[in-house]
Amino acid sequence: MPPILELKGITKQFPGVLANDHINLTLEKGEILALLGENGAGKTTLMNILYGLYKPDEGEIFIDGEKIEISGPIDAIRAGIGMVHQHFMLIPVFTVTENVMLGEESVNFGGVLNPEDAAKKIKAIGELYGLKVDPNAKVGDLPVGVQQRVEIIKLLYRNARILIFDEPTAVLTPQEADELFEIMRSLTKQGKSIIFITHKLREVLEFSDRIMVIQRGKVVGETHPHEASQEKLAEMMVGRAVDLIPDKKKIQAGETVLKVDNLVVADGTRKITVHGVSFSVHAGEILGVAGVQGNGQTELEEALTGMREPVSGTIRILGKEVPKVKPREFVENKGAHIPEDRQRDGLILNFTVEDNLMLCTYYQPPFSQNHILNREAIRDHARKLITNFDIRPPEPLLPVASLSGGNQQKVIVARELSRDNKLIVASQPTRGLDVGSIEYIHDQLLKSREEGCGILLISSELDEIMELSDRIIVMYKGNITLMTETEKTTKSEVGLHMAGAGNSMSEKSENVAVQAGR
Amino acid sequence: MDKENKGLNREQDAKKMSTEEIFLEELSRKKAPRPGFWAKFWDAIQIPLLAIISGLFLGAVIIVVTSADVYVAFGSGIGEGFRTMGSIVGNAYKTLFTGAFGSPSKIIEALRTGEKISRAFKPITQSLVETTPYLLSGMAVALGFRSGVFNIGGEGQIYIGAVAATFVGLSFDGLPQAVHMPLAILAGIIGGAIWGFIPGWLKAKTGAHEVINTIMMNYIALRLVEYLLTGPMTKTGGGGMPISNSVKPTARIPLVFAPPITLHWGFFLAILIAIAAWFFLFKTTWGFNLQMAGANKHAAKYAGLNISLWTVLGMTISGALAGLCGSTQVLGVTYSMGLGVSAGYGFDAIALALLANNNPLGCILSALLFGLLKTGSRSMMSNTGIPLDIVSIIQAFILMFIAAPAIIRTVFRVKGLKEENKALVTVSGWGGDK
Repeated sequence: MPPILELKGITKQFPGVLANDHINLTLEKGEILALLGENGAGKTTLMNILYGLYKPDEGEIFIDGEKIEISGPIDAIRAGIGMVHQHFMLIPVFTVTENVMLGEESVNFGGVLNPEDAAKKIKAIGELYGLKVDPNAKVGDLPVGVQQRVEIIKLLYRNARILIFDEPTAVLTPQEADELFEIMRSLTKQGKSIIFITHKLREVLEFSDRIMVIQRGKVVGETHPHEASQEKLAEMMVGRAVDLIPDKKKIQAGETVLKVDNLVVADGTRKITVHGVSFSVHAGEILGVAGVQGNGQTELEEALTGMREPVSGTIRILGKEVPKVKPREFVENKGAHIPEDRQRDGLILNFTVEDNLMLCTYYQPPFSQNHILNREAIRDHARKLITNFDIRPPEPLLPVASLSGGNQQKVIVARELSRDNKLIVASQPTRGLDVGSIEYIHDQLLKSREEGCGILLISSELDEIMELSDRIIVMYKGNITLMTETEKTTKSEVGLHMAGAGNSMSEKSENVAVQAGR
Repeated sequence: MDKENKGLNREQDAKKMSTEEIFLEELSRKKAPRPGFWAKFWDAIQIPLLAIISGLFLGAVIIVVTSADVYVAFGSGIGEGFRTMGSIVGNAYKTLFTGAFGSPSKIIEALRTGEKISRAFKPITQSLVETTPYLLSGMAVALGFRSGVFNIGGEGQIYIGAVAATFVGLSFDGLPQAVHMPLAILAGIIGGAIWGFIPGWLKAKTGAHEVINTIMMNYIALRLVEYLLTGPMTKTGGGGMPISNSVKPTARIPLVFAPPITLHWGFFLAILIAIAAWFFLFKTTWGFNLQMAGANKHAAKYAGLNISLWTVLGMTISGALAGLCGSTQVLGVTYSMGLGVSAGYGFDAIALALLANNNPLGCILSALLFGLLKTGSRSMMSNTGIPLDIVSIIQAFILMFIAAPAIIRTVFRVKGLKEENKALVTVSGWGGDK
């Protein structure tokens, strides 16, 4: 039997760059193929060609051994190819049913919509593949993980046989990701085939059947999970040995830089999400805040940095009590803040790189004097940071929006860590980044630690917390459920506390509800 | 692994560049390090310029289609038809041009002989008079957009500014012009600023959308002015017509030349303000604040701004500029306040700001275009009988092409600096497909 999908010699040239260089790929029925590569390696281009968004310069596409032409998404859908994009293509104010039937409407006689019929079909699909979704829920009210299920249902509703997932876990919590992989398994059991694009090594090893690594537009290797290790894959991806585990020097923790007492914080809907937490961070120490997203870490981060006003409690920075922290005061008190949502809070996307590199201190010399901006100083500063922090492309006048995610994050890290800091609050500093950038940002954080900074590291990546932190606190439902030294704990202990001290599934779903309520 | 080793790795890494980096290297190597001033200038104006050409072309089509003479001429022969077509369009655009700029031959003649100078220069100076309100109201909208507010209330702010300026212009006997005129202008600025402040404040405090509130403020302004002009401020012996007395001569903005040339110093004031606004916006920390608040409220808060303050300030500055527009119209052009003082400047200003890409210096160019077209279209109507409305249609075409630059880019196969940046975005995976 021929493979369900075969790509032969796919080549795509963009002005000045060979995005895909004679790529061959086969996909067997019922298989999960992981496409691994750094940002900009050409994975997404390849999938966009398959989905008809780009036209290849060379190469052929075969489905079930038959050559086909794909000149647009409609052709792809007709050929049974479906794609779950990283950014969902859903209309938030529509219900699940309306979203699914959009473009493929069930109609009664005379063109009247028949949502009941579609809803029935959605239920049937849900039962067959284990995709639990309420067809009448409004998509905007659903948690991200469930929205993704709606995207999958959309494809199955259109009888897709080959499903492409573009970085499907980038937006999910670890639990949601695990649920997604269960769904993917049940899909392949029913005879669907899956290509999934990612740069997360752990997922690839655990959940794929076969791994293809792409580097700079070329297939550089193919392997199976049981033959590979994270180190080997990282090396194939980046083209050099990568330190997956950063080396950390022993440092004596110094003075207290941040002391939080009984801090209570509410979210945007005035629901209390941080229930009176107390902890302190010392100079030369990384305090890791572990927890599944939506357990109050975001509100904690915002309260500490002045982005949100706490309900009660005290915050002391460098021994000085700050009753109502304002973002500017926080910075002037030698604080640095790497925000969780980098594109919303940390950057002004249509401003240039150089403007973004002075975002918090533009009103101070040397960037401005007597309210007049000093462009020369701003550019010198930008050039220096671009070199020191290896921001690519090295062009201070490019809008930040045109940088890759990793480089956007580097802009924030460069800006925040280049100041003379005593305290750094870093929230999800490496989310969605590739191994190279993660390694780099970890190094920078450790460097700041060695220089005597106190760092509060909030992350839902358990590995990151375990590798970087000197001490760990776990937040669960707005409370600190575990406070310990990293050396005295294990990954599984922290993990258990993250999940509510190993409680049942019901608590997990409550977490999702908390997240949805945010 | 120690640090030196890592540094080495990074160097190796730098050599093994990924595709996008190679691409960028290519890009930066081929060209000069950075586009120079003229390259940037050309990049900024080529789309508007091509849009104007396309607008004039489509305008010509409409002139031809709506002209009865053309049909008659085609009746008597194809050649005759095309000849008539050419002459009608040629004539129309010639009068449009001479009406806007003045006739080149007359200008040369006047300069040579020193006679009839004022007549030769009348059209171009008239265009500059028409440019002034466009420029001020256009900047009002542009600065509003830059600070993240959509000020549709220019019209109301112009009315309030004009009526405040008129009020001060009618009051105070015996003040010297050096005091009275600035005072009247200032009154207009303050009037407009208050009218902008209110919706700005409502937005900051309650989240009420400024688009709705500025439109409502337009109605209030219009009716308020109507009441004032038919009641307390009405012209003595005017029979209840909505018009005011003429402001005192000491409150008027002086003319630059002797009549009949009506160019007043308000035009130069507007140009000066445009340059100042550009400096404010792009060279000062206040302008940076304003733009931050406009571009991303969350990040602006993160950078330490008080967003409410800057939203209110943005609306207030925008209103102040529109108010200034009202006062220069009364004090420099009409001298008495009537309901026709604005003639839709507050709405045209939105299109104008779009054309100018919300840049105050760009506003000078687009206001000139609007002013020239307005003066030219009057002469086109009186000389060839082609209605003024054709020019509105041409303006509409131009703006549509600017709003949809993809059309122009496709038709003329333009590849600007921005286009290359776009190609760059498609290559990098992250943020590319957003």
